[in-house]
Amino acid sequence: MPNFEPKIVAFVCNWCTYAGADLTGTSRIKYASNIRIIRFPCTGRIDFMLLLQSFALGADGIIVSGCHPNDCHYTSGNFHARRRWMVFRSLLDFMGVDINRIVFSWVSAAEGAKWAQVVNNTVEQVKKLGPYENYKKLGQSFF
Amino acid sequence: MARIGVFICHCGENIGGTVDCAKVAQSCSQLPGVVHSVDYKYMCSDPGQNMIKEAIKEKKLTGVVVAACSPRMHEPTFRRATAEAGLNPFLCEMANLREHCSWVHPKEEATTQKAIDIVRTLVEKLKRNEAIFPIKVPVTKTALVIGGGVAGIQAALDIANGGHKVIMIEREPSIGGHMAQLSETFPTLDCSQCILTPRMVEVAQHSNITLYTYAELEGLEGFIGNFKVKIRKKAKSIDEKLCTGCGLCTTKCPQKKIPSEFEQGLGSRPAIYVPFPQAVPNKPVIDRKNCTYFTQGKCKVCEKICPTKAIRYEQTDEIIEVEIGAIVLATGFDIKRTDFFPEYGYNKYKDVIDGLQFERLASASGPTLGAIKRPSDGTTPKTVVFVACAGSRDPAKGIEYCSKICCMYTAKHAMLYKHKVHEGTPYVFYMDIRAGGKMYEEFVRRAIEEDGVKYVRGRVSRIYERNGKYIVVGADTLLGAKPLEIEADMVVLATAGIANDGAEELAQKVHVSYDPYHFFAEAHPKLRPVETNTAGIFLAGACQAPKDIPDTVAQASGAASKVQNLFSNDELTREPLIAFVNRMLPPYYSTCVGCFLCQTVCPYNAIEKEEIKTRDGKLIKTIAKINPGLCQGCGTCVALCRSKSIDIYGYTNKQVYAEVAALLSD
Repeated sequence: MPNFEPKIVAFVCNWCTYAGADLTGTSRIKYASNIRIIRFPCTGRIDFMLLLQSFALGADGIIVSGCHPNDCHYTSGNFHARRRWMVFRSLLDFMGVDINRIVFSWVSAAEGAKWAQVVNNTVEQVKKLGPYENYKKLGQSFF
Repeated sequence: MARIGVFICHCGENIGGTVDCAKVAQSCSQLPGVVHSVDYKYMCSDPGQNMIKEAIKEKKLTGVVVAACSPRMHEPTFRRATAEAGLNPFLCEMANLREHCSWVHPKEEATTQKAIDIVRTLVEKLKRNEAIFPIKVPVTKTALVIGGGVAGIQAALDIANGGHKVIMIEREPSIGGHMAQLSETFPTLDCSQCILTPRMVEVAQHSNITLYTYAELEGLEGFIGNFKVKIRKKAKSIDEKLCTGCGLCTTKCPQKKIPSEFEQGLGSRPAIYVPFPQAVPNKPVIDRKNCTYFTQGKCKVCEKICPTKAIRYEQTDEIIEVEIGAIVLATGFDIKRTDFFPEYGYNKYKDVIDGLQFERLASASGPTLGAIKRPSDGTTPKTVVFVACAGSRDPAKGIEYCSKICCMYTAKHAMLYKHKVHEGTPYVFYMDIRAGGKMYEEFVRRAIEEDGVKYVRGRVSRIYERNGKYIVVGADTLLGAKPLEIEADMVVLATAGIANDGAEELAQKVHVSYDPYHFFAEAHPKLRPVETNTAGIFLAGACQAPKDIPDTVAQASGAASKVQNLFSNDELTREPLIAFVNRMLPPYYSTCVGCFLCQTVCPYNAIEKEEIKTRDGKLIKTIAKINPGLCQGCGTCVALCRSKSIDIYGYTNKQVYAEVAALLSD
């Protein structure tokens, strides 16, 4: 698949990663345009059903990113997100979902360059994996 | 039926130069529900905002998507415009085409396509927005000022003079901070203590200020206008009410050789001590780590000698709980010590000192009473080398920023030295002289032209000892990088200004963000320089970034004015983007089953139990209820709720699922 341009959805928190991505812009650091960002108040708000729906509707990769541990604007939302991910990850793996397509990261409001790197790495990684047709086919039946 | 207006901003060339805005507007006009779609050069300008307002009225819009910069920048602007046109402000959404699109991608078809995708996503979200209304909460009109340096003092006095109560906490035994340590201040060369100590006394005597020294913040709960803080008053081991501050105990304490923190280790103090003679409050504390009684179990000399019987060895730390409405963080900065510079003779040379140590040497109340003497042998140095940018602007040392104050204080040091030692020769090694400020450049000129300070543009590579002299090896880059060796008697390093010890921990306690160097982060670098991202918490002074006294005082007054601004209302309005539990008609009442798992994850204790009863008082079911005063809108409970009974305004399940679907629908 030489010209495959993956669709990546990013679920980010408002206070750290969204602001970090703003800083990437303010610093004029370029990154792959495959990414579409959805803003949440906190990673703690991110329901993992959203990830499954994204795959079902044709996303090839997903980024979930929020504040570093201890830096959460709401004290502990990112810890809940991390804990949820730890549990959900093995469940997804067990069910046969390709967990290499989900990237969980911490990007602070000061890490504009890191955000560009996370996006570019994810795009590269998903390009190697190719389009995620399996789940899309499966998902069409229930979404 | 939704009637949505889409407004695409060019932001001059910022978006328009990369994204084909006309095409985005054209494409968005085809979206279901969109009845109006235009592009314009500057949406945030007055004519731009008027376009939006007129369109809302003329086209009877039910919602507005402004595709421009980050919502973190202009969401309030456009929501205000929307409200002015008579539409609920929460029916306005922003699509981030600048920071997340035009600034980070090249000018090509894919970038314009991404812009269209972003707008389409927000249009779908907006269709599911509801009109919501701000929440009003009462304000506790007491401020907490953390840190008693010049920033904290200025902020506290400003707020107190405005007629509001202030609680100030300072972790050291006295207020005054670094400014109390300084000898004289640039560019006026007036004595630092002469201008500071009257203000310290004013703080202690002000009827609106409660001062707790030797105290630290233990914990913080609540939200803007309604914080609850716990303050740890560390045990001073004296009864402050009985102590008269006569100081007899400090003269008789057998421990006399403890390096004084205030004198930067150049002088010593006893174990029961007042940090410096002008301290406020002027009452001693016992340093338990060094006290003979606390380390060896016997001594009690101070207890025997105290005329008012004020010594309390059994005293323990005390936790005080207070309710406050706003916080000013004024915890200041610190400097890197000379041990950061092995190449400059770390731990070997007593005469290689840092800037604060030089301040103490030059201070009339310092260990040498203002005479410039070498710490090693007490002789007067004939040649002194001042090294600017020791650590600052040095990526190899991990400190890339400019510490801002060093150019000026180095010029001041060299000048003070020359004024005190007329026959001496001061050298300054510098990278650039950054003397931006009123009368600053003139001050540096004076040092060079009138006082004959020898400025050498170049960096010092190493310092070593030879025949009792310190050989400073550097280069004069203005003379063709000629290697240069200066035989100095003393070297003063203008070491980098860094965040204060414990800044990171404090930031986490009060939930404010900080930069990679642990300086507290302001809400916006240009437009909101004294606010933090946490509402009700403000910044003053060098805890935000290194800055000099005039800048610190200005920022402290700015923070104080923000606090008074907040206190000028009896109620304050909060964004209503909070969680709620669904309610429905009988016999269901709510899908909530009352498992209360949400209670366990809520960081704000905002989830309460609500009993639903029949008219005659019979309990039907117990469900969760969100306290709108406490909820901050993180949404952790929303994602956790098993029965999907909790949702959050602004990010409802309907909205976010619609966003995902819209985003992937092309």
